[in-house]
Amino acid sequence: MTESSNIQVTVQNITTALKDKTGALLPILHAIQDALGYVPAESVPAVANALRLSRAEVHGVISFYHYFRDTPPGKHTIHLCRAESCQAMGGKDLENHIKTRLGIDFHETTADGKFSLEPVYCLGNCACSPAMQIGNEIYGRVTANSFDTTINETEALA
Amino acid sequence: MSITIFVPCDSSAISIGADRVAAAIVKEAEQRSIDIQLIRNGSRGLFWLEPLVEVVTETGRLAYGPVQVSDVASLFDANFVQGGAHPLLLGLTEELEYLKKQQRLTFARIGITDPVSLDDYLINDGYRGLSNALNQSQADIVKAVTDSGLRGRGGAAFPTGIKWNTVLGTPSEQKYIICNADEGDSGTFSDRMVMEGDPFVLIEGMTIAGIAVGANQGYIYLRVEYPHAHKALNTAIEKAYQAGYLGDNIQGSGKTFHLEVRLGAGAYICGEETSLMESLEGKRGLVRFKPPLPAISGLFGKPTVVNNVISLASVPIILDKGGEYYRDFGMGRSRGTLPLQLAGNIKHAGLVELAFGMTLRELLYDFGGGSASGRPIKAVQVGGPLGAYLPEAQFDTPLDYEAFAANWTVLGHGGVVVFDDTADMAQMARYNMEFCAIESCGKCTPCRIGSTRGYEVIDNIIAGQELGKNIPLLRDLCNTLLNGSLCALGGMTPYPVLSALNHFPKDFGIDEKANAA
Repeated sequence: MTESSNIQVTVQNITTALKDKTGALLPILHAIQDALGYVPAESVPAVANALRLSRAEVHGVISFYHYFRDTPPGKHTIHLCRAESCQAMGGKDLENHIKTRLGIDFHETTADGKFSLEPVYCLGNCACSPAMQIGNEIYGRVTANSFDTTINETEALA
Repeated sequence: MSITIFVPCDSSAISIGADRVAAAIVKEAEQRSIDIQLIRNGSRGLFWLEPLVEVVTETGRLAYGPVQVSDVASLFDANFVQGGAHPLLLGLTEELEYLKKQQRLTFARIGITDPVSLDDYLINDGYRGLSNALNQSQADIVKAVTDSGLRGRGGAAFPTGIKWNTVLGTPSEQKYIICNADEGDSGTFSDRMVMEGDPFVLIEGMTIAGIAVGANQGYIYLRVEYPHAHKALNTAIEKAYQAGYLGDNIQGSGKTFHLEVRLGAGAYICGEETSLMESLEGKRGLVRFKPPLPAISGLFGKPTVVNNVISLASVPIILDKGGEYYRDFGMGRSRGTLPLQLAGNIKHAGLVELAFGMTLRELLYDFGGGSASGRPIKAVQVGGPLGAYLPEAQFDTPLDYEAFAANWTVLGHGGVVVFDDTADMAQMARYNMEFCAIESCGKCTPCRIGSTRGYEVIDNIIAGQELGKNIPLLRDLCNTLLNGSLCALGGMTPYPVLSALNHFPKDFGIDEKANAA
């Protein structure tokens, strides 16, 4: 099966299962991103059709929410908190270290496709700032050293 | 006899190693053939001591912390399973000063129970509020909440009972209860702790709300950044359905209430109630004009209660012990307790639930122990990214909605973020404008464009360009945002920006005389 037809089948299955929920669009977009890692542009017509919306409306929703992405992420997505509590505990220096270590800015993916870096505005881990999230794992009191260790461990798992 | 050991499953505890510590304890116990039962509890909220391991002994629960994996073998060597002495032994958990000085009503069970055990919940006074509510008229339930003096803990502090009464009095075949669990303010984590540490109390509070106003469907709008809370809520909801606490015939009463968790998608603005409802309807989270109030025309145009997690989680104890019991805590028009969250550069970061009325200074020093860095505290932002920065001169403000408002500061959701003297408040003000620009829904012009112009002007000020022109320009712009924005995002971003400018003019490169305006 080609990648494109795989996307179509996945999207079709998800829309069929969820389209009758009240306010179904966000649950559908979440399910697509959970399954594929992003919400591909080619999924928009099928979603729009299933919910009787225009493609523009669906695109408008995808682009409104920071969490939804329309490009494939790296193997691991790092969400780094930029908010006040983390700034009060050296978050800015950590941000600079991470960008240098990975060689990318926010919203970018490393050339080897291993890591994407996204900003996040609070992980609710403010008692253990600075904080970041990789996948579903949350990390607190992150330092430059502990970041490097975590990244090396994550790479080894990959 | 099996020994019971608690290791928190709270995501902050996990973020600093609780899962690894729990696994190491299980493994070490197996190797030493010691029979233990390991329970993952919520966090007590003393985060500088996390991972906090507790052992049940004859005298009570003993606390050890902060425990790292490397400490586990030595804890077993010291026979900690029998309460043995060890450098990490803190004593009886209940006797820890930080906990002992608190008044935990909403957080009564958190850290004590297994969050997703319905049996634990029931043994520890759970569902007593619902049981009382099922024997009362709808008007009496609403009256109890009104009498309690409970005000919206999300930040706006609107009286919860009045909101419920409006929904009760608006005829409609379909009504909704929405829990606003989009806790996006930096420095706040009390909603998360409730959802991870005692999800049944939120479910019970929403069920009572549904019965009180005649709504049979509830939604918890949860931010996607809280995966652990998502899991705990879904597990607890499933158990509540199985045990007849949710569904079509709640505990044989004939009442119906259904509940579902919906995930947000990283938009701060969706914590604004009308934007949240747009999002639940499957749309862009654009803020709606008010009126109509959500209580009259809310989700899908139906009467809707929208309450914060802490507001709803405070309802069961009010229905259990009565509105007067809750109202007897607090000061002035701020009744009951507020779970405060100490965060940022603070030595003893954590959750402090107290009756309203203590001063910020007592919170910062008696509980917080001063800054984490040991340097002087320069500024404290209370109430999230839309709250003002308080300088030392304002630290004696009592933690009370009206006392804060009188200072042009915001108590909000009770988040307290501490900065030491290395913080550059001009950079913080710039960040606040940038945050507003990133998170603006774009519907109203002051917020959409003003925020971008705002950080550009602050950039010019930081660069030392034409201060005589740019400082008044920034003030003028803030005035437009304050008075011309549709919701609190644009309308309150001037709080942190102007408080930084007013209290810390030197950081903006200006002397205090020139700043007098």
